[in-house]
Amino acid sequence: MTPQLKLDAPRIRADFPIFEQVIHGKPLAFLDSAVTAQKPRQVLDAVREFYETSYANVHRGVYTLSERATEAYEGARTKVAGFVNAPSAREIVFTRSATESLNLVAYAWGLWNLRPGDVVVVTELEHHSNFVPWQFVARKTGATFRMIPVDEGAELDLSALDAIGGDGDVKVVAANLVSNSLGTINPIDRLASWAHDQGALMVVDAAQAAPHRKIDVQTLGADFLAFSSHKLCGPTSVGALWGRRELLEQMEPFNLGGHMIRKVTFEETTWGDVPGKFEAGTQPSAEAVGFGAAVDYLQAVGMEAIEQHEHELAAYALDRLGELPWITLYGPPADRRAGIVSFNVDGIHPHDVSQVLDWEGIAIRAGHHCCQPLMRKLGVTATNRASFYLYTLPEEIDRLVEGLLKVKEKLG
Amino acid sequence: MSEFDSLYREVILDHYKNPRGHGVIDDADATAEGQNPLCGDEVAIYVALAEDGETIHEVKFSGRGCAISQAATSMLTEMVKGRKAHEIATMPRDELLEEIGIPLTPIRLKCALLGLGVLKVALHKAKGTPLPDEWAGLADELDFGTN
Repeated sequence: MTPQLKLDAPRIRADFPIFEQVIHGKPLAFLDSAVTAQKPRQVLDAVREFYETSYANVHRGVYTLSERATEAYEGARTKVAGFVNAPSAREIVFTRSATESLNLVAYAWGLWNLRPGDVVVVTELEHHSNFVPWQFVARKTGATFRMIPVDEGAELDLSALDAIGGDGDVKVVAANLVSNSLGTINPIDRLASWAHDQGALMVVDAAQAAPHRKIDVQTLGADFLAFSSHKLCGPTSVGALWGRRELLEQMEPFNLGGHMIRKVTFEETTWGDVPGKFEAGTQPSAEAVGFGAAVDYLQAVGMEAIEQHEHELAAYALDRLGELPWITLYGPPADRRAGIVSFNVDGIHPHDVSQVLDWEGIAIRAGHHCCQPLMRKLGVTATNRASFYLYTLPEEIDRLVEGLLKVKEKLG
Repeated sequence: MSEFDSLYREVILDHYKNPRGHGVIDDADATAEGQNPLCGDEVAIYVALAEDGETIHEVKFSGRGCAISQAATSMLTEMVKGRKAHEIATMPRDELLEEIGIPLTPIRLKCALLGLGVLKVALHKAKGTPLPDEWAGLADELDFGTN
C-alpha cells in the first residue's frame, strides 16, 4: 500500500527534464538526492535567460548589461535571504558551496579567535565539511577538539555536554541540522542554547536541511548557517553563508583580491562592507541567479509540503526495508529523521548493491558519505543510502525493494 | 550475456565467495595497509619471503571490500606467489586487469587495483623496491588507525 501524499509528485516530476530518459532500459529512479538534487526546467531557463539577456560581470561596469547582471545577482541574494528568513540580505554571503561557507567561518573567525585552552566542539554525525576544517583550525591554534558522541539510536548524546564544557573555554559548537548519512534531525535549539550559555558561537551546517524543511535563522539559534544551491535544485558551484551581521563585520576576510576592498595603497588595504568583503573575484553570478530561481520554485511548492512528502516516503521505506530480515537499517525512527535511509545488505558490499541496482535504473549512494569517523563508530566502512526529494514517488521505493531482492538472489 | 554476468563473471564470484589467501601472516616480512578514499574500503597485505629474501613465498590479505576488490586481491595473491619482489614492484597493472578480464569503470578500477597498490607499498617499505608515482599517495596514507 502506498501512502497518501499531499504533494503532487508526478506533476512536479514533469518539470525535471532528466526524468525523460531511461537508464539501462528502465525509467530513472533517482534515490540519491541527498548528494545532489536534479534541476527543474524553471531553474535551467533562468540561468539560460540570464546568459542570453543580462550577462556581464557584476559590480563592475557602469553600462546597462552590467547593471542588469548586478540587479539579478543581488535579487538572488534577496531571495536566498528570504528563504532562511535572514533579517537582511547583507547577511547572506555567496560562496562556492556549503563547504566553502564552513571553511570561511573556520578560517576567518576560527583562526583569529581560537587559542590554547579553548574548546572547539563538533558532533560525530558531521559531514567531513563541518568536521575537517574545525579539526584543522583547532590543531593550528592549539585549541582542544571535542566531539559530541552519537548514542545507540544514532542520535546525539547531549549528556556528554557537561564533560565537554569542563574541558576548557568552549568557543564554537558546529553541528549539522540534518545528518547527511543517517538523516538524524539534530536538536539545534538545545545545542545553541548550551553553546550560548558557554559564550560560544553556534555554527550550523544546513546543507542537508535547507532543501527539505523551512529554516528561520531568527528562531533557530544559530550564529552562522551554511547551505548550498545544488542540493536544493539549483546550479552547482554556488552556496551561501548566513551570519549575524555584527560577527561578519568584525571578521577578517577569507579570500582576498578584487571587489572585497575599500581602499588599496602600496602600504595597506582596507576591507569593503559585508557581504562584499567575503566575495573576492568574479562571482558565480549565473549560478546565483539559478539559486534564486530554485528558491522560488521550492517556495511555490511549499517547504512544509516537501517536508511532509519526504517524511511519508522515509516512513514507507523504513517499513518496506524493515520487512527484509537481511537488511540492517541505521538511524533514528521516522518521526525524528529526514528523507534519508541508510542500510546494509548482510554480507554484500554497498558497491555491489548499487551496481546491481543501477542495472535496474535505480541510483542510490554507496560509500562512507564523507562521514568516516561515524562509519567507524557504526562498525562499517560504508553503507547504502537511499534519499528522497519532492519528485520521488513511492513506487520508486517499491522498485528499490524489488531491486534488493534481486541483489540478494544474485550475490547473497 | 547480461550486464550482471559480464561484470560478475563466474570466476569473479568464485574468488569473492571463496577468497584465496584471506588471512594474516604473523611476523610477515613485508606488510602494508591501504584505503580507498572513495568508499573507505581498507585492505592489509602480508608477505612472507623465501630464504633468498627475494622470492614471494606466501601472501595473505585482510580487510573489507566489494566483490571486485576482494576478487581482484584474491586473484593477485595467486598471481604473485613464487615471483621475485622486484618483479612485482614493476608489474604493470594491466597484467592484473587482464586476469580479472571484466570491463571496469574508473571508479570500479580503483576497487580492483587497491590490493596491487598496497602490495607494492609493502614491498617498497620492506625491500626498498621502487614505488611508481601512481602508488605514492597510498604510501602516505598508511597511518589511519588513530582517528
